[in-house]
Amino acid sequence: MKEGLFYRAGHQTMAFIDYMGDLFLFWVDSCRSLLHPPWFVREVIAQMYHLGVKSFTLVVVACFAVGLVLAMQGIKVLSWFGAANYIATSVAMSFVRELGPLLAGIMVAARGGAGMGAELGSMRVTHQLDALTVSAVNPMKYLVVTRILACMLVLPLLTVAANLVGILGGMVIGVTQVGMTPTYYYTLTVKYLTLKDVLPGIGKTSIFGLIVGTVGCYHGYNTEHGTFGVGQATKTAVVRSILLILIADVFLTKLTLLLWP
Amino acid sequence: MSFSPNSPYSSGLRVEEESARVIPEPGSPLISFRGIHKSFGENGENKVLIGIDLEVYQGETMVILGRSGSGKTVLTSMLVGLNTPDAGVITVEGVEITEFVTDTDWRNLRLRTGYLFQGSALYDSMTVGENVAFPMVQHTDWSEPEIERRVAEKLGQVGLAGVEPLDPTALSGGMQRRAALARSLALDPQIIIYDEPTAGLDPVTGDEISRLIRRLQEVQEVLKVTSIVVTHDLRLTQLVADRLVLLHEGQWVFQGTYEEFLRSSHPEVRRFLHREPQGETTP
Repeated sequence: MKEGLFYRAGHQTMAFIDYMGDLFLFWVDSCRSLLHPPWFVREVIAQMYHLGVKSFTLVVVACFAVGLVLAMQGIKVLSWFGAANYIATSVAMSFVRELGPLLAGIMVAARGGAGMGAELGSMRVTHQLDALTVSAVNPMKYLVVTRILACMLVLPLLTVAANLVGILGGMVIGVTQVGMTPTYYYTLTVKYLTLKDVLPGIGKTSIFGLIVGTVGCYHGYNTEHGTFGVGQATKTAVVRSILLILIADVFLTKLTLLLWP
Repeated sequence: MSFSPNSPYSSGLRVEEESARVIPEPGSPLISFRGIHKSFGENGENKVLIGIDLEVYQGETMVILGRSGSGKTVLTSMLVGLNTPDAGVITVEGVEITEFVTDTDWRNLRLRTGYLFQGSALYDSMTVGENVAFPMVQHTDWSEPEIERRVAEKLGQVGLAGVEPLDPTALSGGMQRRAALARSLALDPQIIIYDEPTAGLDPVTGDEISRLIRRLQEVQEVLKVTSIVVTHDLRLTQLVADRLVLLHEGQWVFQGTYEEFLRSSHPEVRRFLHREPQGETTP
């Protein structure tokens, strides 16, 4: 029997639900291992360095570029209404509420998610995970939990940097194209910004970090089929963590708008 | 599940505090496999072990011989919980490890077991020195200088003095195997499992590794360390085996000393000794 559109859609939906269930159980497993010491705090800090410091340049460059582009496009539209000066507020709001957290999340997913998938995947195929197990070190706790925690802690910090640099990019355009002074641009930036705009955006990146860490580690940890599997795990970790960040962002944005209208 | 109060596996204490060794009564095996079955595949169609019974005594070196895929590694990996039998009982020092479920159950046995992986399995994010130090850092309260001293000592034992700062990838295959051996000796284990220690190495390097294991054995004889060597290398077997078993089609077909093995008239033993494919027998 030829498979119809509905059959395939249903099959894909079931596969997605199955995948989310697996991911959830993997996460629960990692949480459960957190209940007993040791907690490998030094490993968490090392992972924060790997993820945070080494993703910093990537996030900063990407957000500065987006800040420039957003301001250039925004000025065009705002000038139709004679409100080009409000580009400062527009860029700031866009960045702190949405773009900063989202770009930081996607950048870390691209860099960190790929790194985790590849590292854990190659450890799996070369029996390094087994070597940890026979050394009486729980690889779930030593490798997975530390990476998830590092992602959750480092993404809010990167988001603060992303927001600042994005606003700076907007300021460069505001000053050079609209003729605003940096002080005036700054005044307009902070005039309408409140903590209700800034904090939910930063807060939701912890959820993005949870997604990046869990998805990256899940695919690396469960790698099969040798080096081919490592490549697959890396690719899938990046694609699915970015996709899940975007899906989660929809719900988190709606939630923050409900809680802090 | 509980261990006897005197058992070195009984407490969650760190290694240094558990130096007391329990010598089993003469004649009682340290490790015992009883009716071990293991299959792979969705419906268990690939039967690897079919009712294996085997005993390993304290202080002896037992070599498990067999062709590729005969289940040697599967059997020994059950001792550290990397595989579980479908049926059967494994006991270590009289304790049923097949009942172990959590990491806590396994912890004390794993701390006393060194496992040399076929592919070395060195952590490539660490230097050689960090690899050897890793079990000490995780499971002892030794100071940093003490760990450094012990790492140098272990690397010296395997003939790799001074390679601590190197990356594992900077070492040759034979050196990697030796570094992995140093790591598996880090906590002075009472049981050492060597999984194909000479596989994939050239004959000269393989011979070096075999002699190294023999040398370590001489040192460990005093400490009554029990070794299980999984291999298909007859030279290694001749050098290190107190006893050997030959696995074939999921069961052992020969058990005895190396000399008895050479004299055995069992067709599978003859085939193995003469490196003949299955079905052909030397008259």
